[in-house]
Amino acid sequence: MSGAHDEHGHHHREPESVLSLRVRALESLLVEKKLVSSEAVDRIVGAYEQDIGPHNGAKVVARAWVDPAYRQRLLTDGTAAIEELGFGGVDLQVVENTPGVHNLVVCTLCSCYPHALIGLPPVWYKSFEYRSRAVREPRVVLHEFGVDLPESVEIRIWDSSAELRYLVLPQRPPGTERLSEAELANLVTRDAMIGVALVPPPTAAAR
Amino acid sequence: MNGIHDMGGMHGFGRVEREATEPVFHAAWEGRVFGLTRACSVQHLFNIDESRHAIERMAPIDYLASSYYERWLDRNVRLLVEKGVITHEELERRMAQLAGGSDPAPPHSDPKLLEGMLRATRERTRYRQPGPPPRFATGDCVLTRNDAPVGHTRLPRYARGKPGVIARVHGSFIFPDTNAHGQGEQSHALYSVRFDAGELWGGSAEPCAPVHIDLWERYLEPAAPARSTS
Repeated sequence: MSGAHDEHGHHHREPESVLSLRVRALESLLVEKKLVSSEAVDRIVGAYEQDIGPHNGAKVVARAWVDPAYRQRLLTDGTAAIEELGFGGVDLQVVENTPGVHNLVVCTLCSCYPHALIGLPPVWYKSFEYRSRAVREPRVVLHEFGVDLPESVEIRIWDSSAELRYLVLPQRPPGTERLSEAELANLVTRDAMIGVALVPPPTAAAR
Repeated sequence: MNGIHDMGGMHGFGRVEREATEPVFHAAWEGRVFGLTRACSVQHLFNIDESRHAIERMAPIDYLASSYYERWLDRNVRLLVEKGVITHEELERRMAQLAGGSDPAPPHSDPKLLEGMLRATRERTRYRQPGPPPRFATGDCVLTRNDAPVGHTRLPRYARGKPGVIARVHGSFIFPDTNAHGQGEQSHALYSVRFDAGELWGGSAEPCAPVHIDLWERYLEPAAPARSTS
């Protein structure tokens, strides 16, 4: 991409107007060739901005917390188990956190991520910093996210190198015995399903 | 290929910076690039492996200087030109026309395309395809090949020539190394392979931090059991 960097070598060199114009021109050409419709692009952008996000994955996690048989199916065949809840679009491997094992997901080669379940990845997940460091110094990276685990806990890193996507099944926090499945789902964060956060216990007010 | 994209284990990158509240797209054009890419995929203008390899083929300095969706735009233009769908001249001309305030493209409606794009967010993928039976079983010791292929591969550089253990047999999947180069899907066994952190990073490895990588059988050789695993 000519003009994509200046003499300082920082990110985002190209003025946005040129980029934006280039994208509009590409769309215009593909529409003219009847390969794309702008409406289809509008709708898929809207779907990811409004409908497809971490709340989908959170429903899967909450179901696994309340239903041991579902949890087992989810760990055995994640793809089939999420279909039971109406989700798909991804070949899924679910990895479970336990007192002795904490799972962390990365894609060092690009930025593979279970879009259909937790939306599009945040910029940090796609960053060179995360991609380069998560496999080599996961404990330091987790510390930067505010997660410090004892050395007795195995940090299991999953480098998503194939057409299988990884979702972390976090540990259910204490103090949630009386919560409904929907209330549990509200506790589950995107970061916990990537493995860079734990699910915190509910605040006293919510309990 | 020994590309700049193959970043696992590289030194020199700093803290992972996070945004407090992050929009799905940071600019409207990012959403358009995303949607156009999904449309190209549903229209079979390029496959996922060609798509990844096109990004890997960016000049390293451009790769590092570009944002994620800038790389996607570069990829789309690169592949659509290579496949003869558009030309650079056409694109430049169209940019000039749009800058002048006119868009010569007549509106086009395609409900089938839209439906295909939405279906792809809900339905099973087709990356899992029948192939020969797996050669390895869970618990087998393997050694990754130490090739430096010029083309696309999903064996990260940091895990070349390393001993590992089969942690799971995933089944048969389309092989990216051939599918990226018009050499067919050549589906065969994919495994989750577990690597001891010490084997990957030597003395600087963090304690108790094994890495699992999904690897195709053609990346792997049988190996004698390792002295220890952790």
